[in-house]
Amino acid sequence: MKHARTIAIAFLAIVGVACLLPGIFSASDYAHQFRDIPNAAASHEHWLGTDDLGRDRFSRVLYGTRVSLLLAPTAALIASLLAATIGGAAGFLGGWMERLVMAGTDLFLSLPWLFLLITVRALLPLNVAPLTSVIITFALLGCLGWAAAARVVCADASSLRNSDFILLAHASGSGGWRLLWRHLLPNLMPVLYAQFWISIPVFILTEANLGILGLGVSEPMPSWGSLLRELESYSTISSNPWQFVPLLLFILVVSCFHMVVVDRELPA
Amino acid sequence: MKKHCSRLLIAVLFVLGSAFAQTGGELRFCLRSEPKTFNPLLVEEDSSDTVRYLTAGVLVRLNRQTQQLEPELATAWKTSKDGATITFTLRQNVRFSDGTPFSAQDVAYTFQQLMDPNLHSPLTDQFRPSGGNVQTKILSSGKIAITFPAPIAGLDKLIDLIAIMSGKSPKKEMAVLGPYYVAENKAGAYLVLQRNPNYWKHDSSGRQLPYIDSVRLDIQQNRDLELLRLLRGEIHFVNSIDAEYFDKVMADKPSMAHDAGPSLDSEHMWFNQVAGSPLPDYKKAWFRSTNFRRAVSESINREDLARVAFRGHARPAVGMVSPANQFWFNAKLHPHPFDQASALKRLAQDGFHLQGGVLRDKSGNVVEFSIMTNSGNKYRERMATMIQQDLLGIGVKVNVVTLDFPSLIERITRTFNYEACLLGLVNTDLDPASLMNVWVSSSENHQWNPSQKTPETAWEAEIDRLMKAQASALDDRKRKEYYDRVQEIAWEQEPFIYLVTKNMLSAVSPSVRNATPVVLRPQVYWNIDRLTLHPEVASSK
Amino acid sequence: MFRGPALQHKNTFRDLAKCAATILATVLLGGLLGATLLRFAPGYGVDEAELDTRLSNGSIQAMRQANGPDENLLTFYAHYLGRMLHGDLGISRTLQRPVAQLVAERLPETLKSLGLGLLLGWLLGLGMAIAVTLSRTRVVDTFAGLLSGILLCVPAAVLALLFVLARAPARLVIGVIIFPKVFRYARNLLARSAALPHVLMARAKGVGESRVLLWHILPTAGPQLLALFGVSVSMALAAAIPVEVLCDLPGIGQLAWKAALGRDLYLLINLTMIVTLVTLIANSASDFVGHAFRTSAA
Repeated sequence: MKHARTIAIAFLAIVGVACLLPGIFSASDYAHQFRDIPNAAASHEHWLGTDDLGRDRFSRVLYGTRVSLLLAPTAALIASLLAATIGGAAGFLGGWMERLVMAGTDLFLSLPWLFLLITVRALLPLNVAPLTSVIITFALLGCLGWAAAARVVCADASSLRNSDFILLAHASGSGGWRLLWRHLLPNLMPVLYAQFWISIPVFILTEANLGILGLGVSEPMPSWGSLLRELESYSTISSNPWQFVPLLLFILVVSCFHMVVVDRELPA
Repeated sequence: MKKHCSRLLIAVLFVLGSAFAQTGGELRFCLRSEPKTFNPLLVEEDSSDTVRYLTAGVLVRLNRQTQQLEPELATAWKTSKDGATITFTLRQNVRFSDGTPFSAQDVAYTFQQLMDPNLHSPLTDQFRPSGGNVQTKILSSGKIAITFPAPIAGLDKLIDLIAIMSGKSPKKEMAVLGPYYVAENKAGAYLVLQRNPNYWKHDSSGRQLPYIDSVRLDIQQNRDLELLRLLRGEIHFVNSIDAEYFDKVMADKPSMAHDAGPSLDSEHMWFNQVAGSPLPDYKKAWFRSTNFRRAVSESINREDLARVAFRGHARPAVGMVSPANQFWFNAKLHPHPFDQASALKRLAQDGFHLQGGVLRDKSGNVVEFSIMTNSGNKYRERMATMIQQDLLGIGVKVNVVTLDFPSLIERITRTFNYEACLLGLVNTDLDPASLMNVWVSSSENHQWNPSQKTPETAWEAEIDRLMKAQASALDDRKRKEYYDRVQEIAWEQEPFIYLVTKNMLSAVSPSVRNATPVVLRPQVYWNIDRLTLHPEVASSK
Repeated sequence: MFRGPALQHKNTFRDLAKCAATILATVLLGGLLGATLLRFAPGYGVDEAELDTRLSNGSIQAMRQANGPDENLLTFYAHYLGRMLHGDLGISRTLQRPVAQLVAERLPETLKSLGLGLLLGWLLGLGMAIAVTLSRTRVVDTFAGLLSGILLCVPAAVLALLFVLARAPARLVIGVIIFPKVFRYARNLLARSAALPHVLMARAKGVGESRVLLWHILPTAGPQLLALFGVSVSMALAAAIPVEVLCDLPGIGQLAWKAALGRDLYLLINLTMIVTLVTLIANSASDFVGHAFRTSAA
């Protein structure tokens, strides 16, 4: 396993360097359309072939990785922090407060937030910069993606509320935020880690789907999600197997992250 | 003896097989959505229109292949000199699907319903361009005269759209005169249409039509699944197939792929020219400048759009009328050439100039605008991205915005908070009268600047005059003169920048015989009553 | 303080009544908030049919008047609730049919998909989490993590397409979407429980693995797993929308998508209330059982 972790770290380092310095690894601009060779196979000039507009897929993967790798974990962190705060506080306080917050959380889970996203898009100027649009999208996802985890965190905190170590800490004079922060929160980490790791790929894929509302990246900027949307058509996937490479890379990167930090998820 | 018997057996089997090939079976294809209505006068969308076509009995039918009118429930018809009255001689001894007899009263009833002022639909509006009541006069048991409040251009061809309804049947609009009637409707899943036992049409050998016993329409929105089902043999055809799927069919089963040539539809973009829009004044000035629009048009590589975005299954568009519309198309016009040098010269006339590779207007504003289009249409998204790349060649920065359809419609019809829009137009009709509401400046669908109280430009005033003139002229040659001039003005002024004309693509299983896909809708099953299924019918679901 | 059976039952009934009241209030609030979000979103009151070039100005105006709001939202909602009490859930603008009929036709489809999806998701998710906990080896954990990671990364549309290509029932896609989420949470919860002192003691005393799992690990993680189950119902409902749209399954997920794209107010209010109700019932039930669990363990 130690070797596997080392390989994972090395792979992530290569990916990190490649996406931070894409100009070194790729000769083509991600937006340039080689219109004579759309949907081309992998070749010496285009390592992963070209997309339906003749753009070099390898460049687009490198640039897309940068966008998604930076923003998706940030959004996942926001969602996890919100889940920790809301769920943790509700579970810790218990009683009517817990019931009220959980009812609110259930309501939050059920509402059609699609319309909020549509409204946000309407409020943004049409000429908003692609980067601004994608940052706003991930921020929104972070703010909307906490509710499911909050429920589980709340149940967890509720269970821990009457455990011996909490009673001991309380008896020793710990109270309020200190009790929550120093004693309860570390024991909620397993659930929060799960939330964090689930959220990253989910947010990356959701960002692509939000393109139908005008949010997310806009052309020509690529993101992992937008690259994966190429796979959603039967007519293309059956004839262009190299289109799966972004998906493979996505899986590899997420899996490598998982391998690198897996120790931290398991309690000591 | 044995040899003789086996030969006889083979011959018998062959004849039986041929006979079976001529009749029976269930034709299966997909609808993209659930039909909203079975009332033929209220049809607005494709799915309801499909059911109408399959069940409707009409007085005259436009043959989709020859584009000529043919008698149906009317054996003869005559339009008056003023174009406002049409007299039909009706076929005798015809019954609705429930057995109710068909008569002139049913025709009168249908037209009265059609002209009900409370009924609002695309069909009804085509018959009352200026309101008013219709008068129906039953001249004899088999003859009826219908007088409209005003002359209607191309009246006889419009009759093809009117399904005759029974004024007496308790089943109301469900009693039909067409080849099929709706037998089963599982909401959200499928419809089954059964052959009309009282259908009046027979083939030359006296056999009652239609040949196929039933039609099953599955509700299938997902085009990938539709394609898969076609290739698996679960459905018999896809009426209108996208370019990518067409290529897939060509690769896997080339005998299924049919390209009927350029369609009647257009893909185009336009700039927002509404004076009261919430755009900055300098942008409004750009968009209202003919030189600006022409320059943008000349900077777009239409050949590339057709070749790359539509995989070669399209051609550069000339204007609003497709070359497939042979009579009305102005053959003197050609697509605007791709010439960015000429574009820059035009822009220079209005004071635009390049500075460090970026185009600026005479006040120094950077030329940047957004093109919005509806999300989910990958061809439009591709075109917008290609146009973005093309316009970089003249220093213009374009932002591509995809929105869900209701948000987009709100912007182009209510708030006018947009800069440029890329959409398409589905033309179901050959006659220019169907585009009246696009070209007349007071219309809500005069998209670049709707609902003008008076035409804001001289060329729009001229188009208004010409469109009204062609609508009231009865001589088709005169009408063509007017309409040719409208096309020329549109070509010069480019309120719509026409991009490509898509080909009409369809895919039909070889088990369907007598299918000859055409450009006019419905492309594949326009001759539904003559289609037959080969005995080696597709496997059932 | 000792509570006799009668008093315990009385408390239970009171708790259930409180719970029912909370659910009702939340559902009604959900309907109002859903209506508010839709009503003030761009595109409300427009109809794609307005772009039909054959329509006259008069018809377009008539269409806009028919689709536009004719009363303020609170008044509209109050009238709607009044009609709902008589069984009238309104008419769907996009499908032109009574909402009650649409829901009655499509709810069973979605319930079938949800049931199958949850069953598959939990069987696989909890099953693998248990396997990881019992095996206590990195290899199994890594393999399971990789599998769940792969499924999290594959878009729902691609999963649906693969299922269709393989001629597998499309409903099972929901299970494949839920499984990695259930696995990740369950794995961490079970791993934490497995590291508790009493479990270590049990193992040290030679208690068999299955007994350790059933008597020591699962009960400790029980309340959280129950909460996870309640949440997984919401996840399944959310997954039902893209799966039903992509696979053309005529359920309420597909209906919800059409309602959203068509800005169909009546349809959306009703669907929001149904989703809120199902979510609340699932989560309240899991809370209730979890609370009972904790109480009996105490």
